[in-house]
Amino acid sequence: MGEAMIELEGIGKDFGGGAVLDGVDLRVASGQFVALIGGSGAGKTTLLKTINGLIVPDRGAARVDGRPVAGAPGHELRRSIGYVFQDVGLFPHMTVAENIGVTPRLLGWTREEIAARVEELLALVALPADHASRPPSALSGGQRQRVGVARALAARPRLMLMDEPFGALDPVIRDALGADYRRLHDGLGLTTVMVTHDVTEALLLADRIVVLGAGRVVADGPPAAMLADRTPSVRALMDAPRRQAERLSALLAEAGHG
Amino acid sequence: MDERLAAAWRQLPDFLGWHVLLSASALALGALVSLPLAVAASRHPRLRWPVLAGAGLIQTVPSLALLALFFPLLLALSNLAKALFGVGFSALGFLPSLLALALYSMLPMLRNTSAGLAGVAPALTEAARGVGMTDRQMLFEVELPTAAPVIMAGVRTAAVWTIGAATLSTPVGQTSLGNYIFSGLQTENWVAVLFGCAASAALALVVDQLLGLAEAGLARRDWRRIAAGAGGLALALAAAVAPLAVRALEPRPYVVGAKNFSEQYILAELMSRRLERGGARVARKEDLGSVIAYRALAGGEIDAYVDYSGTLWTTVLNRDDHPPRAVLLQHLGEILAERDGVRLLGPLGFENAYALAMRRDRARALGIASLDDLARKAPSLTLGADLEFLSRPEWRTLKAAYGLRFKTQRQFQPTFMYRALAGGDVDVITAFSSDGRIAADDLVVLADPRGAIPPYDAVILISPQRAGDRRLIDALGPLVGRVSVEAMRRANYSVDRDKGKVAPAQAAAALEAGLGGR
Repeated sequence: MGEAMIELEGIGKDFGGGAVLDGVDLRVASGQFVALIGGSGAGKTTLLKTINGLIVPDRGAARVDGRPVAGAPGHELRRSIGYVFQDVGLFPHMTVAENIGVTPRLLGWTREEIAARVEELLALVALPADHASRPPSALSGGQRQRVGVARALAARPRLMLMDEPFGALDPVIRDALGADYRRLHDGLGLTTVMVTHDVTEALLLADRIVVLGAGRVVADGPPAAMLADRTPSVRALMDAPRRQAERLSALLAEAGHG
Repeated sequence: MDERLAAAWRQLPDFLGWHVLLSASALALGALVSLPLAVAASRHPRLRWPVLAGAGLIQTVPSLALLALFFPLLLALSNLAKALFGVGFSALGFLPSLLALALYSMLPMLRNTSAGLAGVAPALTEAARGVGMTDRQMLFEVELPTAAPVIMAGVRTAAVWTIGAATLSTPVGQTSLGNYIFSGLQTENWVAVLFGCAASAALALVVDQLLGLAEAGLARRDWRRIAAGAGGLALALAAAVAPLAVRALEPRPYVVGAKNFSEQYILAELMSRRLERGGARVARKEDLGSVIAYRALAGGEIDAYVDYSGTLWTTVLNRDDHPPRAVLLQHLGEILAERDGVRLLGPLGFENAYALAMRRDRARALGIASLDDLARKAPSLTLGADLEFLSRPEWRTLKAAYGLRFKTQRQFQPTFMYRALAGGDVDVITAFSSDGRIAADDLVVLADPRGAIPPYDAVILISPQRAGDRRLIDALGPLVGRVSVEAMRRANYSVDRDKGKVAPAQAAAALEAGLGGR
């Protein structure tokens, strides 16, 4: 494994008397695309938020790019990490361009630098340049999430954290956005950690799957290894995509040779 | 145009200017306090309940009482400041009105700002943190802009409330559109009352519409609407306050005060006329409460007004002895001069004593001619009193001297008190001996054989700063000893009667024309 972008050691977090995270160790190498999966309540989102300091763990240590997360003010850390989540959270009182340029502005970039970057990003996420001056309310759901991705990428972060980024979109758009993002990940040399409840999406997009169960890492490995894993909880998660795949290949075979 | 309407129009620039200045300042102060408070409450949930409950509690205090309560509070603070730093400040007029109205305006702004901030979608605050905003940046760049339409709606409600409640600042000595309403109510000048209500309502409507424009602009992120609303407000404010600003540049005028009844309005007009004829600029400050008027004079906020020797003796000096009329007058002048530097210029020549009066037919039927007779029948009779008599020391003295106990006691504005007597709602009223309605309504004043009611010579009082002012003394001095009780009754009645009533200024002109010799 190469240079570590994320190092989590013994992360624990309690909510309402119970442990949501219970001693999570995780090391993510620079350039990896990691999918965090697991049933609801497994602690996926909580774990993701400990990486950019939105949640402060009760136990353990987190480091990003070699620096402790707890060592600097949270907002400074977050300006250097891209964050995309299901609800997108575009600011309704700002235009698309202002939304995309918000982190560079907080970092004190000049107006010209921001304008150039916004133009570049709109092209990167495949949005027409004339959308820059529109309010978010004038966009479709898929376009909004593209703006969300562009906003996260604006200050050229090396790490992207994504929480169900495409969860609210219809399947066709979702597939296209997933594939587009994977290309961005490879092209920009990003490190990505994505939380998803869609196991198929995880298997198809990620280099590495981390399965969480009851606040612990249950399994960790490349997609192919996950499909072969014998752990009952992992098998239960892999069951649906496997059956769908088998059924689909049967159908494809029928269609191809029929 | 109707004379009363014309008079009302002439007063509009002054009344409206003060009303706008007061309301705008109170609203600005209220916003300045409530917005940060609401933000703090949204950050610290423990603060939320006490803040909102506190503002709600203030709202339950009747607005007139809230205004009145600031007077003793500020007076105590002023005395403290005088003791500590040697400088006091005025507990009357603008300051108490400003503070009370600002407090009053806070609830809608607190509530809406709180609700607006609480209503910001969690996705937006998560995104704000996610892109790396500090708490402060999140507040100013995301939360407040997103909540702005809701906050603005609260400001709008507060503005309408404040403009309405500002009419109540008249009795604490602050000129406002309430002057029309309070003096109109006293003299039964319904034109003035309606004029004041209409002016206040129109002002509230205009401000509400302009704020509504800004609110709609904020909701739609339409800068033209926001600019139109804000610009309109700024223009209206400037236009309304301009006459005051112009006047502020001129030298300080003589301020003539009046309490809140017809005789006082007429005498204030009489004094003002004489000063104006001498070339002086005069401002009037009317509808002052009984004790407030004296304090305002001693504090130099008004320069001259007419008070009554018995009132000063009992309520200002807190005396309960009853020296003979001339002795009381002399002592009073000496004590006021020594204690407060106030100059008692002299008695006008008539008395306006508190007196108990009944309808002549009723008094005859019950066989009542004096307070002794009344005391025997009182347990089956109803007393109608003005708003302050029952809490004055004179009433305690009178009650003790004659053993008076009524079946019921009711309080009225003086105007309605006479109506209640005429209509038989009450049997006895606390009348004033110079009141024109005594003769007009065919009332009898009950004799006071035990001398329990002190003498009430009408006297001109001059503020400490103007005590040696030649122009003022020359203008008012000739009035001393020349107003007879008959002349005063006629003047009062011309203002109080139902048919063919005249404005206090006209009554003052007629009174002056008929001034008797010494």
